[in-house]
Amino acid sequence: MIKKILIVVFTTLALTLNVNAGSDGDLILKKNEPSEVKDCFEKINRVTFAFNQTLDGVIIKPVASFYRKLPSPAKTGVGNSLENISHLLTIPNNFLQGDFKQAGVNTGRFIINTTLGVLGIFDVAQYLGLTNYEKEDYGQSLAKLGVGPGCYIVLPVLGPSTVRDTVASAFNYLGGDPWYNITVVKDTQYFENSDYYYSKGASGVDFRAKNYDSIENLENNSLDFYASVKSLYLQDRQQKILNSKKIVNTQNDSDWEEISQ
Amino acid sequence: MKFRKTILVIIFYILTLSSSFSIEADVFIQSTVNRASKILSENLSKDEKINKLKIIAEETVDIRGIGFYTLGSIRKSLDENQKKKYSKLFREYFLKSFSSRLSEYTNPEIDVFSKDILSENYTIVNSLLKGTSERPEVKIDWRVYTKDPENPLIRDLIIEGLSLARTQKEEFASILNSNDNDINALFKTLKEFSKN
Repeated sequence: MIKKILIVVFTTLALTLNVNAGSDGDLILKKNEPSEVKDCFEKINRVTFAFNQTLDGVIIKPVASFYRKLPSPAKTGVGNSLENISHLLTIPNNFLQGDFKQAGVNTGRFIINTTLGVLGIFDVAQYLGLTNYEKEDYGQSLAKLGVGPGCYIVLPVLGPSTVRDTVASAFNYLGGDPWYNITVVKDTQYFENSDYYYSKGASGVDFRAKNYDSIENLENNSLDFYASVKSLYLQDRQQKILNSKKIVNTQNDSDWEEISQ
Repeated sequence: MKFRKTILVIIFYILTLSSSFSIEADVFIQSTVNRASKILSENLSKDEKINKLKIIAEETVDIRGIGFYTLGSIRKSLDENQKKKYSKLFREYFLKSFSSRLSEYTNPEIDVFSKDILSENYTIVNSLLKGTSERPEVKIDWRVYTKDPENPLIRDLIIEGLSLARTQKEEFASILNSNDNDINALFKTLKEFSKN
């Protein structure tokens, strides 16, 4: 039943957000242009954002502060393991995006790091030439199909997102995320439900710790912290969709034209 | 004939002289970064560091240009007095924000490793902020305005692909949108930031 509803929602979304399977990079770039993403629910978003900031101050920040003081090898090991788990979601999305070569590389990385790398603690694959890992998700796959982001939304606990990415993440819980399937859905003797939630929590803490100073710095020096986070999130998302480390139109030169020296 | 030769020699001399004053964008960035790193590693108070960093920013950053870029299309509707007021307030805001951000770092090591000449006016300089035990390495790209090769200026910092100028532009747009595009609301916010 849920699957049927999701299909209907997905189809509706696809139609309303102008699905265009033939989209090229420029069109995808334009559709995901941060300044073009509407903040339809700004009032609610700002309330949720304030709630998330409180949550961060009370729980996530103190835990991240402790975590970042751990010895580097321990943090690297945790980061590597979490990244290894994320391959399980990335690989099906590599296929969905038609990137079969990268799907092969990532499958190789996952097998090597899970076995030789002791459950992903060590990134052995990079020494064998399997480098340049980029996470993929269903939101990115939909974007590649030409689905626009829809409105910007801030989710409680999870943080910034868009309508497209939120709907797409529902696929994770409907069979699209193998890690969720083997920990929560299937009753295996190897994993507990809690393993899934611990891994998600640890990913959040790992991200917060890695960006600890940058987030503090941004918060202290922003005129509107909400707007800064929104801009940075949407810029980052645009880059991830394009899988580009290139500077994508960070500034339109025509904007500078009449600004004389 | 002799006259033509003299003219050619003069032209050649001028060309050689002018090219000798042009500064390569990557050299400019490495030297700017080295100056800032030196200040940050010195045994100075935070205020002293901030003051010295402000001097570097005034010499190397196109503050006026960034200010008007950040303001977006509303700049076209401002009168001369408003433009002057905005430039002054933005300069104070920018210098405070820029120097406070940098002063948090102690002895940052930044290596410039390549550059990409986009056009006659712009070069992107690629650099890497070395990681420490507490944070991973960070890729920083510098958008350098090179129209005047003798006086290149920084127009943007792109950290891990995220543009600070663009972020600031969207931040200002949000303030203006929440206040019916009233420039005085932005003036007030900038003033309050610089005072605190």
